Amino acid sequence: MTYWSWETFFDAFPIIITGINVTLGLTVVSFLLALAAGFIWLLLESTPFKAFNFIIYWIREFIRSTPPIVQIFFLYFAWPMVPYIGMSFTPFVAAMLALGIHFSTYISEVYRSGIESVDKGQWEAATALNFSVKDKWFSIVLPQAIPPTIPMLGNYLIILFKEVPLAATIGVVGILSIARSYGAQTWSYLEPLTIVAILFLILSYPSALLVRALEKKMNRQFDKKNTKVKVTE
Amino acid sequence: MMEPIVQYKNVHKSFGDTHVLKGINLDINPGEKIAIIGPSGSGKTTIIRLLMTLEEPTDGDIYVAGKNLWKIEKNGKKMPANERHLASVRKDIGMVFQHFNLFPHKTILDNCAMPLIKVKKMKKSEAREMSKQMLDRVGLGDKYDAYPSNLSGGQKQRVAMARALVMRPKIMLFDEVTSALDPELVGEVLEVIRDLAENASMAMVLVTHEMDFALEIADRVLFLDEGIIAESGTADEVINKSDNPRLQNFLKRFRA
Repeated sequence: MTYWSWETFFDAFPIIITGINVTLGLTVVSFLLALAAGFIWLLLESTPFKAFNFIIYWIREFIRSTPPIVQIFFLYFAWPMVPYIGMSFTPFVAAMLALGIHFSTYISEVYRSGIESVDKGQWEAATALNFSVKDKWFSIVLPQAIPPTIPMLGNYLIILFKEVPLAATIGVVGILSIARSYGAQTWSYLEPLTIVAILFLILSYPSALLVRALEKKMNRQFDKKNTKVKVTE
Repeated sequence: MMEPIVQYKNVHKSFGDTHVLKGINLDINPGEKIAIIGPSGSGKTTIIRLLMTLEEPTDGDIYVAGKNLWKIEKNGKKMPANERHLASVRKDIGMVFQHFNLFPHKTILDNCAMPLIKVKKMKKSEAREMSKQMLDRVGLGDKYDAYPSNLSGGQKQRVAMARALVMRPKIMLFDEVTSALDPELVGEVLEVIRDLAENASMAMVLVTHEMDFALEIADRVLFLDEGIIAESGTADEVINKSDNPRLQNFLKRFRA
């Protein structure tokens, strides 16, 4: 039986924390990809071609209903074997693509709910004032649709952050991978894995508090029918 | 004889199985003030929404200043109008809505100035100056920097009118603009419309339940019933000289 050793703890800590760049980096790039791809889903599902929209809808539904780890494995191990379009990715890129695309399927729903929350009358007023399609979106609809989605997006960012250790399974060297190999070398898993948990807690919890505060703020603004949201151009 | 600025030619509109407009023929002359009255569900609002391009007619044609609103000719064939064509016709039309539809994320000054900047490509300073003048005219000179949520319903509706007016439309559409207001706020909005009716050269079409007001300012009153224009004439002709029983019935409810 091994007992808790502060010596091991302080020995492991500086080693493990070197992986934080990769863990945070993967979170950020995956999330950026999810934000962009979420928008693309929305566009692809709103074309004038009903059959096409329907196919895209089911592709998105399929990706959303499969576990991210399966998608990570698929992109890393199986994709290179797909004829014609197959190619191999580095572990980091494979994880980024899998997590980014997986989360984009949720984010696209968030966008949709934001856009649907904008009153139909706003579109009509913009039409009556002869706004171009582009100005309708960028000056009228999106400035009203985006603020209420920010807390939801924040929540997905935190969930994504907690899914990032899945990338360890294909060899992305984040904090979890480092902790595991530290454990394998020293036969002490207790301290390194505790460090990993603490690091996640330190990063997630304040973010969760921030999101909750944002949520409260938005609710206060959007409960009222006519909101006062300051959006700078 | 003046060339009409708007012409409806046998215009039909259905929503699913509901046949709302059943052959509307209507000429609107430049500067003419028209009031449309009629029971709810008779299609009053739909008539002006078609002109504002918020709904597309199922059949028939609408001409604005001689141009077919919903169709373009391409190689001798009639095609559905594209957004560019709609925009070129729509620029002469303005509309005020029942629920104001102000932009909640903009100050009232920006509500007025933004369309000038974005749509008319006006310089910012010029747009703001024009908007201020228009807001002064509707009595909101002290509220430039307020947000719509801080205004009363009557004030919101006056901003909405200023926002539409500053675009200098040739035709202004009013869609039950006082229906969503508390009774004590109706007067201030009607006052602005009366001022326009007396002093502005644009054509105006009012869909309204304010019967007495409509009769007072309108050059012509249309009684719409079950999707057709059942009566048309001066207020006096429609109210006092018509023997249409459904119109009498409708009016009786307002006199009661």
